[in-house]
Amino acid sequence: MADSINATPESLAEQVKNAHYNQSPLQIMGSGSKSFYGRNITAIPLSVAAYSGVINYEPSELVITARAGTPLREIENLLDEQGQMLGFEPPSFTDTATLGGTIACGISGPRRPYAGAARDFVLGVTIINGKGEILKFGGQVIKNVAGYDVSRLMTGAQGSLGILLDISLKVIPKPAYEATRVLPYSHQQMNTLLSDIGRKPVPVSATLLHNNSLYIRLSGAKAGVQAAASAIGGDTLQNADPFWQQLKEQQQPFFNQQRPLWRVSLPPAAAVIPGDLVEEESFIEWGGAQRWVYSHNGKKLQEWAIKNGGHASCFRDAKRDPSLSHSADETVFSPLSPALFALSKRIKDSFDPAHILNPNRLYTGL
Amino acid sequence: MSAANKINKDELCKLFRCFIAPQYVISDAETLKPYECDGLSMYCEMPLVVVLPETVTQVQEVLRICHRYTIPVVARGAGTGLCAGAMPNAQGVVLSLAKFKNIIEINPLTRTARLQPGVRNLAISEAAAEYGLYYGPDPSSQIACTIGGNVAENSGGVHCLKYGLTVHNVLSIEMLTVEGEKITLGSDGLDSCGFDLLALINGSEGLLGVVTEVQVKLLPIPEKARVVMAGFDNVQQAGDSVSGIIASGIIPAGLEMMDSHAISAAEDFAKAGYPKDAKALLLCEVDGTSEEVQEHIEKVEKLFHSFGATSVRTSQTEAERALLWKGRKCAFPAVGRISPDYYCMDGTIPRGQLAHVLTEMQKMSDHYQLRVANVFHAGDGNLHPLILFDANIPGEFERTEEFGGKILELCVAVGGCITGEHGVGIEKIRQMFIQFTEQELLQFTTIKEAFDPLGTLNPGKGIPTLRRCQEYRSIEPKKVTTHD
Ligand SMILES: Cc1cc2nc3c(=O)[nH]c(=O)nc-3n(C[C@H](O)[C@H](O)[C@H](O)COP(=O)(O)OP(=O)(O)OC[C@H]3O[C@@H](n4cnc5c(N)ncnc54)[C@H](O)[C@@H]3O)c2cc1C
Repeated sequence: MADSINATPESLAEQVKNAHYNQSPLQIMGSGSKSFYGRNITAIPLSVAAYSGVINYEPSELVITARAGTPLREIENLLDEQGQMLGFEPPSFTDTATLGGTIACGISGPRRPYAGAARDFVLGVTIINGKGEILKFGGQVIKNVAGYDVSRLMTGAQGSLGILLDISLKVIPKPAYEATRVLPYSHQQMNTLLSDIGRKPVPVSATLLHNNSLYIRLSGAKAGVQAAASAIGGDTLQNADPFWQQLKEQQQPFFNQQRPLWRVSLPPAAAVIPGDLVEEESFIEWGGAQRWVYSHNGKKLQEWAIKNGGHASCFRDAKRDPSLSHSADETVFSPLSPALFALSKRIKDSFDPAHILNPNRLYTGL
Repeated sequence: MSAANKINKDELCKLFRCFIAPQYVISDAETLKPYECDGLSMYCEMPLVVVLPETVTQVQEVLRICHRYTIPVVARGAGTGLCAGAMPNAQGVVLSLAKFKNIIEINPLTRTARLQPGVRNLAISEAAAEYGLYYGPDPSSQIACTIGGNVAENSGGVHCLKYGLTVHNVLSIEMLTVEGEKITLGSDGLDSCGFDLLALINGSEGLLGVVTEVQVKLLPIPEKARVVMAGFDNVQQAGDSVSGIIASGIIPAGLEMMDSHAISAAEDFAKAGYPKDAKALLLCEVDGTSEEVQEHIEKVEKLFHSFGATSVRTSQTEAERALLWKGRKCAFPAVGRISPDYYCMDGTIPRGQLAHVLTEMQKMSDHYQLRVANVFHAGDGNLHPLILFDANIPGEFERTEEFGGKILELCVAVGGCITGEHGVGIEKIRQMFIQFTEQELLQFTTIKEAFDPLGTLNPGKGIPTLRRCQEYRSIEPKKVTTHD
């Protein structure tokens, strides 16, 4: 599928036009590194992996533009050479992850609460909508309020509103210095400490709470980081880079269990998730706002998350049967309110009237 | 529209007065007058009615009635917008959110604030100060403009280079649809399920719904902030220094530039000690911990010298920092003193194009025989050319508009866009055709229809209707009423 003949914008658009005409759904594929994520769909694969390559990168503009099939690694290496990085620290999960898949899934890494989410860095996109039209929104400049912000809307839409072709991202300078502190803290102690230092200009750039150990990464000018580190206390974690790298890529043994892994997104100071909903062990990131848990009680967990101001999604489930019908797959993402669902459906219709782009990947009917 | 769906002005006011205090349903010409325009007073129109509801339930009812009778609704915050986005519709209702001034909650633990839409931007930071917190985006109009208007325009400010635009600082909103149905977008956490409609609403210019509550994140007030001022003999060196600072790995809290017209106007006005003989002036603020600021200040000073700055001055005290900023903050009114009228543009360009665009602009200025002063957010490439003109000279405003249009075309040509923070409104609707293809505009239209099928929310703004596309592409700039 991924031969270059299929990988020009025009040829991809042609395939979408045909699919639109025939009302035959397409499953948009990057490298497949995140195919575990989202609901199962049955559709004809359309690969954009061969539509690859960096189009423009000007370090002094803090902007990079690349084709959707470009491997994330390639982009990260290029930025690294110039002392820059993607501020949202996206996970790759495999060596082959593409930029398109990264933005379509909108998954952000440990730096997210402090630097911003994937959507915060997207400046512009070229897409193919469900009618096979090639459209360009946003641009390569930091500020742009002409027209609706379609670029950010595409982020996290998992391809259901359009096929991403070119993506412009804002990049950030790599911090001059980083240090990680470890403290023997409970969830409650973490809340107190983080809300306290949150009101001070302490350059926190990541946190993790696991097994009553709180890890805090600090990033910035060396003198500032050192001053903050000694103010926080605790011990220095040696070799911290691989530690955060493994967390971002979910390489710790915790993430490698044959049970349904749930991502619970909550207000940072939300209560501890009740023990009857989840297994005991958890990874708590983002100062409490992103919690990784194993649960066989997904529906109840989602209800609890919504009641507590957040949502829960089944991130990975090795046992999920690809042949499951949509209805059995219904609880992957927390349900939307009826009004929001109706609006989302009209937006889906506006981009993809025949519902051929990754239909039902987010919800039945979207 | 069927006859049954028609209603005259008096009947409409009567309906509104059933649930809104009578003095807050305005229909007489004299009281309507102040609502006829926003900050771009060259464009004006008298509305049918202005309502100032006091509760969300009342806003809902206004929307339901207008929906029932297909009456245009223009939401209005403080009316400081600069694109005629809040200009009334002659057949429509102006829905003022001026009564919604309550700060519902400031939560120092979560560092968030929940606000009614009419809360002034600066009032947020003032209320948060006692907790050592503030709200990041700081438009120059922050004394007056409202958070509802900020969301609608995705407003920026001096500090957005480091702390982001409105869209980066809003956690959730409560919005009423055109039918008056309440929906919540975003959450108390860091993301929510489904499409990112929160991002879509930011910058949507009141075309998709009426914002009735906004939750924003608050930031810790930096321990230290200092500003370095540098004067340059030519614009090229100043432009190169901007790129140089960014490339050096520093993200300043603010990085602003002024050209010679603006420098001398601002200096005469504010007496900030700007070098009046400089061709370009940069103000670079760095903030953070004391250690960090010290480290960065030294780097910035060195960079300015290496790019050929003729003068470099760093604030030693808070008072001096405030003074150096005072000139920049007063630049618009200061320019107002050297010309009867001025017209503020808002294009954005890649930083590397700064010097080129400023040079081209000077050529156009000569061609149109109109002076142009430049004050802008150099760090994020957002230009604010102020075209100086005199509305009393026949034809001069039309020439100004044409000059402005050419500047925006230039911005698009060098890879930028027609508006960085002021929005499209009515003002830049023609330039939308420069930036977007018809298919792209059609996509915008279908998004609009998903929210507002009858097109009654702020009609005629932001997104050109394609029916008018051919007209716009062929006709000359339309004549507008000049506001006195
Ligand atoms: C001197 C001066 C300096 C300025 N400096 C800056 C600057 O530095 N940066 C910047 O970004 N802007 C700046 N502006 C522009 C303006 O202040 C901003 O656009 C501001 O956000 C408008 O807020 P407002 O409350 O006055 O909104 P209004 O002008 O009342 O309305 C603006 C738009 O928002 C819509 N709207 C208002 N409230 C709501 C609501 N509750 N729900 C839905 N839609 C709504 C209106 O329909 C309209 O389309 C400046 C303006 C002036 C006059």
